[in-house]
Amino acid sequence: MAERLDCRDAFAVTLECLAEHDPRIVAVVNDSLGSTRLARFSKRFPARLVNAGIAEQNMVGIGAGLANGGKIPFVCAASCFLTGRALEQIKVDIAYSRANVKLCGMSSGLAYGQLGPTHHSIEDLAWLRAIANLTIIAPADALETEQAVRAIAAAHGPVFLRLSRLPVPRVHPADYRFRIGSAAVLKPGSDVALIANGTMVCRALEAAAMLAEAGVSARVINMATLQPLDREAILDAAETTGGIVTIEEHSVHGGLGGAVSEVTATARPVPMRILGVPARFAPTGTAEWLFEYFGLTPQGIFAAALELQETRVRR
Amino acid sequence: MNQDSESLPGGLLESLARRVRRRSIQMVYEAGLGHPGGDLSAADILVTLYFGVLRVDAGDAEWAQRDRFIMSKGHCSASLYATLAFKGFFPEEELAEFMAPLSRLNGHPNRTELPGVEANTGPLGHGFPIAVGAALAAKMDDAPWRTFVLTGDGELQEGSNWEAIMAAAHYRLDNLVAIVDRNGIQQGGPTESILAVEPLAEKFRAFGWAVRETDGHDFAALLEVFRAVPFQPGRPSCILAKTTKGKGVSFMEGRARWHHGVPDDAQLAAALAELGAESDG
Repeated sequence: MAERLDCRDAFAVTLECLAEHDPRIVAVVNDSLGSTRLARFSKRFPARLVNAGIAEQNMVGIGAGLANGGKIPFVCAASCFLTGRALEQIKVDIAYSRANVKLCGMSSGLAYGQLGPTHHSIEDLAWLRAIANLTIIAPADALETEQAVRAIAAAHGPVFLRLSRLPVPRVHPADYRFRIGSAAVLKPGSDVALIANGTMVCRALEAAAMLAEAGVSARVINMATLQPLDREAILDAAETTGGIVTIEEHSVHGGLGGAVSEVTATARPVPMRILGVPARFAPTGTAEWLFEYFGLTPQGIFAAALELQETRVRR
Repeated sequence: MNQDSESLPGGLLESLARRVRRRSIQMVYEAGLGHPGGDLSAADILVTLYFGVLRVDAGDAEWAQRDRFIMSKGHCSASLYATLAFKGFFPEEELAEFMAPLSRLNGHPNRTELPGVEANTGPLGHGFPIAVGAALAAKMDDAPWRTFVLTGDGELQEGSNWEAIMAAAHYRLDNLVAIVDRNGIQQGGPTESILAVEPLAEKFRAFGWAVRETDGHDFAALLEVFRAVPFQPGRPSCILAKTTKGKGVSFMEGRARWHHGVPDDAQLAAALAELGAESDG
């Protein structure tokens, strides 16, 4: 099996690298130096790391104020608290104000496993996708994380970067170039499109390999940027394959599946399956166990894609 | 650019505040919407800051070394807009567009559209944390600019303020000044009957702030206290400004219904008559 990396490490190393060359780069945390991987940043740049303590509303407001003062703040916290506790600050202080703040939601999705639904962050994309002006990115591997961090630091404006804590294999070739708003076709295919983001991209690739053995040609698309959405990539997939499966470590309501189906429903209707967490709070279990439980596995994706094929045949 | 408050001619602030009050009430009347009670209680503080204290450049609103003023009580936008216009951030004629369709003068201030606005506020308890962030940015750069934030008193019921108040003391932000517009009345009635905020001075001191209380309608007192900041090195400064909601219009003073009341024709005429002619003073 390919080496699996925690994207938070790529995030932290890249941020330190950027901070070396740009004094405007600063970090804000909520007593989360360990879980954001910024302990070394705080040692190297002690005056440029603000620990807001366990106070997320103030943490996000501080980010807006730092941006007002000319800084490029990376505001980093567990995604459940960052988005849930400070949602109005994200809407008003960051997005509406077009503050140059990079919100970094760590350990998103089901990553906290047995810690339960209080710590799961499977609503964050739905909440934030309804907010204007906000770029939303969920990278699929360490390489893409590094490039995304560089891209958002260079682009002026509000961003939400969604990271996991679950190690993932590399899904991109060495010459991959991430661009904000551009989907990446990781595997060509013409029978069905598998559109995923974050931790689910590697599973979509495994499912595509299984589908190939079953004689089904699956296109795999990494939709790393949820906002602004790459409509062309979705419409082309709908046109070419005639069926789309979306996969995300998020509620099936309002996230990637919702975004893709808003495009297809209004511009190019095709049969779809939306894989994610159904509208319920997860039972106790590790993240991997919960992925099995909710069918967020290569087998689950494979089955959904085959079912979609049969639906199309019956039509 | 930088106002030298020592050289302000006597009566200038009073005259400007009268203009801000007149214009605010006219704007609320014309828009049919607004928060005149708080506009009037904050008017003297706003005018003192913009014409006697703040180092800002109306011709270069984004000047990096400017003092930051954050209007946390964003619902009192009419008085803020009038003050910014009189200061020269945008044309005075634009005040006539207050809350009109597509106007830059939204019911609550929007920094992405209107020069001089430092923060988008409206939901309460947002300005204080933003001010703490701005003050931190200045500290990181060892820059001389200062940050001022004006909050309502009922607004202090929002917990986010106390997160910010705690952080400001922890980070020893003596370049931060918070002014509380202590008019004693919020939308539904007296603060102390709805959810008591007192004892405010003791609370701020317990949180590590240096506190001074002043008459928020006495220009000499306001100037004196603003010139004294920071009150103590290493501590943020809090000014508890005792004010009167609806100050300057007798039938609005101290009345909760004028929190967001809109004057009718007769009330507008009476209010303007009480405030006196624009050119007085």
